[in-house]
Amino acid sequence: MKRIEAIIQPYKMDDVREALKEIGVNGMTIYDVRGHGRQKGHKEVYRGQEYEVDLLPKMKIELIIADDQVDETVQAIVESARTGKIGDGKVFIYPIDDVVRIRNRERGEAAL
Amino acid sequence: MKPSALLRLPAVLLLLTALPALAQSGEAKVDPGDNAWVLVCSALVLLMTGPGLALFYGGLVRQKNLLATMMQSFMMMAVMTVLWALVGYSLAFSPGNSFIGGFDYLFLSGVGTEPYGSISHLTFMVFQMMFAIITPALISGAFAERMKFSAMLVFTILWGFIVYFPMAHMVWGPGGLLNAFGGGAIGCLDFAGGTVVHISSGVSALVCALVIGKRRGYPTEAMRPNSLPLSFIGACLLWVGWFGFNAGSALKADGIAASALVATHLAAAAAVLGWLLAEWIRDGKPSMLGGITGAVAGLVCITPGAGFVSPMDAMIIGFLGGLVCYFSVAVIKAKLGYDDSLDAFGVHGVGGTLGAILTGVFATKAVNDGFNGGPMGLLDGNVGQFFNNFLGVLLTWALAAIATFIILKIVDATIGLRVDQSDEVLGLDMTQHGEEAYSPQG
Repeated sequence: MKRIEAIIQPYKMDDVREALKEIGVNGMTIYDVRGHGRQKGHKEVYRGQEYEVDLLPKMKIELIIADDQVDETVQAIVESARTGKIGDGKVFIYPIDDVVRIRNRERGEAAL
Repeated sequence: MKPSALLRLPAVLLLLTALPALAQSGEAKVDPGDNAWVLVCSALVLLMTGPGLALFYGGLVRQKNLLATMMQSFMMMAVMTVLWALVGYSLAFSPGNSFIGGFDYLFLSGVGTEPYGSISHLTFMVFQMMFAIITPALISGAFAERMKFSAMLVFTILWGFIVYFPMAHMVWGPGGLLNAFGGGAIGCLDFAGGTVVHISSGVSALVCALVIGKRRGYPTEAMRPNSLPLSFIGACLLWVGWFGFNAGSALKADGIAASALVATHLAAAAAVLGWLLAEWIRDGKPSMLGGITGAVAGLVCITPGAGFVSPMDAMIIGFLGGLVCYFSVAVIKAKLGYDDSLDAFGVHGVGGTLGAILTGVFATKAVNDGFNGGPMGLLDGNVGQFFNNFLGVLLTWALAAIATFIILKIVDATIGLRVDQSDEVLGLDMTQHGEEAYSPQG
């Protein structure tokens, strides 16, 4: 099992969810986050005073999936979140030891 | 006393010095229409402070200081009200010398339902009370996000005694030095408080910003407003409340009140355009915050002239107010580097000064025959009035600056002005009031 963590542009959220649904990935957890990688921030001007805002709003998606779904899932996220510009985000893939479904104590892939 | 109540009623002039006797003799009468209007205006002016100014300022600070900032305005509704009833009204409006009133109205003794002009004395007292509330509240924009709550209370109480009550007496009180209609040696035209309210609070705000010092992290850290929609609601409430402030200052429901209301509205609208034009050209985008700040700047600027100038001149005054205040906030403040956090000086000090000077230029007998046929402002041919207004501005600047400096030094030496650095980082909501604006969950 793997945990997929994707940081994407907020306005791409709907596209990514749609793409994941199409390949049969349903469960996910999302967060509103702020951050930046190589992307530079932007300027905001309040009463003539300029502020450099470098922590930009992003969305983070977390999913746990079976090993054989990893390539398909990552591809779906990349395809749907990509604009080709700096700031599109990243996808991180981590191994998962085990999963427990709280309701009936199922473990492993059965619990996904 | 506000001038315009006296304008076409020379007999009322006598009231100014012999009010209690005349009132008891029953020669004057309370006019229900006038009385109703000024009572409603009192409510409108209170609305300017809470929630108007509280929201306007509250939205501009960081979220950790939202409640504390609203509280600074709201507390004036409690503190200044009590102070005004106990002693403030007497010191401002009872007969005294050129600088300060006496103790005739201490604890509101002798202030009852008897006529005061064509409204009741209590109506006049409560209308003026609302001005005493909003004026110190305006200053809080300069020391936002870093002043101790206790220090703020002590400062504003002392400020009321040393700056506001004398200023109100000098400009509107019987025998006041700057009272153009009450025998002042340097008669100033100030319809609704350009000097008394806006210059006094604005200049004091600048001194506060300089003495208290910058917020931690200013100007390198981004200090973005936590909620511009709150500020928007606040600014629009200020705009509406200002009709009570300016048109109510006629102290009658008459043509002068209508003229003041129209001038007020036109100036605010023109100032929005002035500010946005400057902002669009210099910063590339016209902002919502710029629009509402421009409106407030225009309202400040028209305040001293509201009942004296024509509608077209009001638009010129407002437009200039928008441009000049933008320049002072966006360019001058940044150059000089002081942290007038919410621009109390840049808007009220600068706009009030410009408005007071322009009132000396544009005041006209065609709108308000205050001098019984004599010319009013510079364009009417009254050069002396222009200089009087200018002197009034200088005097207000001097009193506000010096007195505020001394009060701040006294408060700092005794209880301290500023919160601890760690409290400033945590925010005033938590450290001064033990609460937060929004709970994270449920």
